[in-house]
Amino acid sequence: MIHLETGKYAFYIWTAYGLSAAVFVAMVGASLNLSRRWKARYEELSRK
Amino acid sequence: MIPAPAFLTNPERFMAFSRWAAPMFGAIAVACAVAGLWLGWSAPPDYQQSFTVRILFIHIPTAWMSEFVYACLAVASLLSLVWRQLLADCAAQAAAPLGAGFTLLTLATGSLWGRPEWGAWWVWDARLTSELVLFLIYLAYMALRAAMDDETKGARAAAILALVGAVNLPIIHYSVYWWNTLHQGASVFTSTGSKLAPVFYWPVILMVLAYTSAFGSLWLVRIRGEVWRRRAEAAALRIARG
Repeated sequence: MIHLETGKYAFYIWTAYGLSAAVFVAMVGASLNLSRRWKARYEELSRK
Repeated sequence: MIPAPAFLTNPERFMAFSRWAAPMFGAIAVACAVAGLWLGWSAPPDYQQSFTVRILFIHIPTAWMSEFVYACLAVASLLSLVWRQLLADCAAQAAAPLGAGFTLLTLATGSLWGRPEWGAWWVWDARLTSELVLFLIYLAYMALRAAMDDETKGARAAAILALVGAVNLPIIHYSVYWWNTLHQGASVFTSTGSKLAPVFYWPVILMVLAYTSAFGSLWLVRIRGEVWRRRAEAAALRIARG
């Protein structure tokens, strides 16, 4: 059973998890954006 | 000249492989992260660290990734220097931002653990300082590539920097043995087995697998992006030349 209590350390624990989630979201977003943007650009140029 | 592995010489084969491998690694990462976090947050607080042990479920994997990604970057840089292969250079370029992200997280989560446990956000301890140096090397690698107009020269200069910077990896790893450090020594993998209790060991292992798979997935996606970018730039050049 999951226990979400963090006692007096809530600030440190939730900040660490929040930062990790934010960095992961940024890395996933940036990576997908890079791939999709250049694939679309290549396909656009290939049609010319 | 030693022949390059076929995987590195054939972008078409890589694109076909990464199309299914990237989502597969992503799915493995999500499954391992859910299992690892479930087990980790079900574990009781540590008798010394209390609830702050929960930060270690994300700090240890990201610390491992910061070094592992750099090793991948260094190997890819070596291959691009020796064989001058497109994919090896794409792989090195794609790894750097991910490695910088993991290293930043290592420093941040370590600091958030250190404040309640050590009473300080930061100490100039050998392990922490060498990890900070690793972060600066990642930044220098990306800055060097971006600063040079000639992409080929920039890639070669950055590859040499990456190889020189690889000397920092054993320093990070052995810093806790070579110097008196506040940072603890190895506890997950040691010659006498893990020092962690099973209730903490398995969540850490699952989270290490999750982070490694996540990197595998994102790395493949970014390499694909680099291949598309270079193809697009080559196509633009062909059109410009008529």
